[in-house]
Amino acid sequence: MTAAAITFMVIAMVTVWGGLAAAIVNLVRHPEQTEAEPTPPVEL
Amino acid sequence: MSHARTQAPRREAFGSRNVFILSAIGSAVGLGNIWRFPYVAYEGGGGAFLIPYLCALLTAGIPLLFFDYAIGHRFRGSAPLAFRRMHRAAEPLGWWQVLICVVIAVYYAVIIAWAAMYTWFSAQLSWGAGNEESFFFSDFLQMGDVSGGLSTVFVPQVGVPLVIVWLVVIVIMALGVKRGIGAANTVLLPLLTLMFLVLVVQALFLPGAMDGLNAFFTPNWEALADPAVWASAYGHIFFSLSVAFGIMVTYSSYLKRKTDLTGSGLVVAFANSGFEILAGIGVFAALGFMAQAQAAEVSEVAGAGIGLAFVAFPTIVSQATGGSIIGVLFFGALVFAGLTSLISVLEVIVAALQDKLGWGRVRTTLVVTLPLAAISTALFSTTTALAVLDTADAFVNAFGIMAVALVAVIVVAWMLHKLPVLQEHLNRRSSFRTGLIWKLLVGVLAPIVLGYLLITELIAKISQPYGDYPVWFVGVFGWGMAIGLVIVGILLALLPWSGRSHAKDDPEYDRFLEVEDYTPDPETSSIPVADSGQRGASA
Repeated sequence: MTAAAITFMVIAMVTVWGGLAAAIVNLVRHPEQTEAEPTPPVEL
Repeated sequence: MSHARTQAPRREAFGSRNVFILSAIGSAVGLGNIWRFPYVAYEGGGGAFLIPYLCALLTAGIPLLFFDYAIGHRFRGSAPLAFRRMHRAAEPLGWWQVLICVVIAVYYAVIIAWAAMYTWFSAQLSWGAGNEESFFFSDFLQMGDVSGGLSTVFVPQVGVPLVIVWLVVIVIMALGVKRGIGAANTVLLPLLTLMFLVLVVQALFLPGAMDGLNAFFTPNWEALADPAVWASAYGHIFFSLSVAFGIMVTYSSYLKRKTDLTGSGLVVAFANSGFEILAGIGVFAALGFMAQAQAAEVSEVAGAGIGLAFVAFPTIVSQATGGSIIGVLFFGALVFAGLTSLISVLEVIVAALQDKLGWGRVRTTLVVTLPLAAISTALFSTTTALAVLDTADAFVNAFGIMAVALVAVIVVAWMLHKLPVLQEHLNRRSSFRTGLIWKLLVGVLAPIVLGYLLITELIAKISQPYGDYPVWFVGVFGWGMAIGLVIVGILLALLPWSGRSHAKDDPEYDRFLEVEDYTPDPETSSIPVADSGQRGASA
């Protein structure tokens, strides 16, 4: 594989799979609330 | 939990947020991710395509996904009910989406049936090396000519698995959202991912795989100057995420009141794209092997769609050592990816009729799926199946999904001015906040891009007759079908809703509006509404 192809393969993996990882981390930091709980103050 | 008025059955719900996310990913990850994306990316500049692709994902795909989630979750209904609750006059949009799903479901099932048969054929190498193309078209499909009309010759090796596919999805649908759809996705999606990972690793070890990846990732910068490449990136993202034809509206209506909608949406969108990148690597590694085996260039063997899956892949399976394993994994993955998407398409229809008629799950499922299964089997287990499939698919994508998306964003953003309402609803419960940019992307950019894509498609399909099919054939299964969906959609919206339907009687929705401090819905009105003075005041 050429250097350009390898570079773009890495960029594609980092952006898309990295984006997926970031999205999952964000979701885990905001766990599902049960209906009974009062709404916590909005963070972030 | 309980309510005094339980005339209509309670709205179903996903077991948890994670099950919803798995189901939404299962819907988004379909045949297109596996057989369409790799070639679209390769054609659109290889590595450089990443730029228009990510642009399209961030500026159109994700905003429209949020748009769908917001509609379904705010108005808590299937597509027709959600649009009706937004505004009475918007209801036909929902029925148009339901009918698009009817068309898609009918032909999508047969592709799953083919893939299921090819999983079996791969294990046996039934096609005979070198004979892959004629095996598919002549021996397997027994493809005939449509110029003499539709065939009624039954092709058992297609018809029998097709009936089995329908039986499987009917059982899943009848079990309901939690035990059927949720459970099926919880099993099938991890299995699909695992199978695909094994497939990719195996493909990477084939001789010539690196040449394939080289061809796939080498950037061609000139492609970025071509507006058609940008259009194809937006078009692809749009179809890939299953937005704008009711699926995400329906699924999000099954979410609990306090659910992080945008946070979940980001996971779904990136998981879908992540799967596409994986598919690109797997498919092009395999194509690199095929090119080397045939002493050809990768560009000569690259392709998409049915040709890639049912001609090129069997060729790779014949030639590779351990090819049978590759074939079983590849076609098995197609079956699973297709099933989870088919389920979501059917749910749009089942949910719509459940809401409209106030019927229970099993009864509605059978009333919807049995006729669809019969039509599907009648049209697609004969020798003219491929022609009907090809035409219906091309027209329902362009003049169904794309057209309804364009009309929906214009109606919601510019005629009903509901974007602020939807934005407020998203922000009230979500981790990723939407703002002015989201409204601009949905209200301005999306209509421009969709309008451009639709006009391009119109010009292309009018200036040159589609395929090599007879005029009457494209007239019926192409144009006629696409226009018919709009007309029937309007007619269905004119039919009155039963008194037992969720439009007229939905205590859960009333309670939801009350808790959220939203204006009560005068139509459901189990809560007294000041200006209507209508039925029952049992809140």
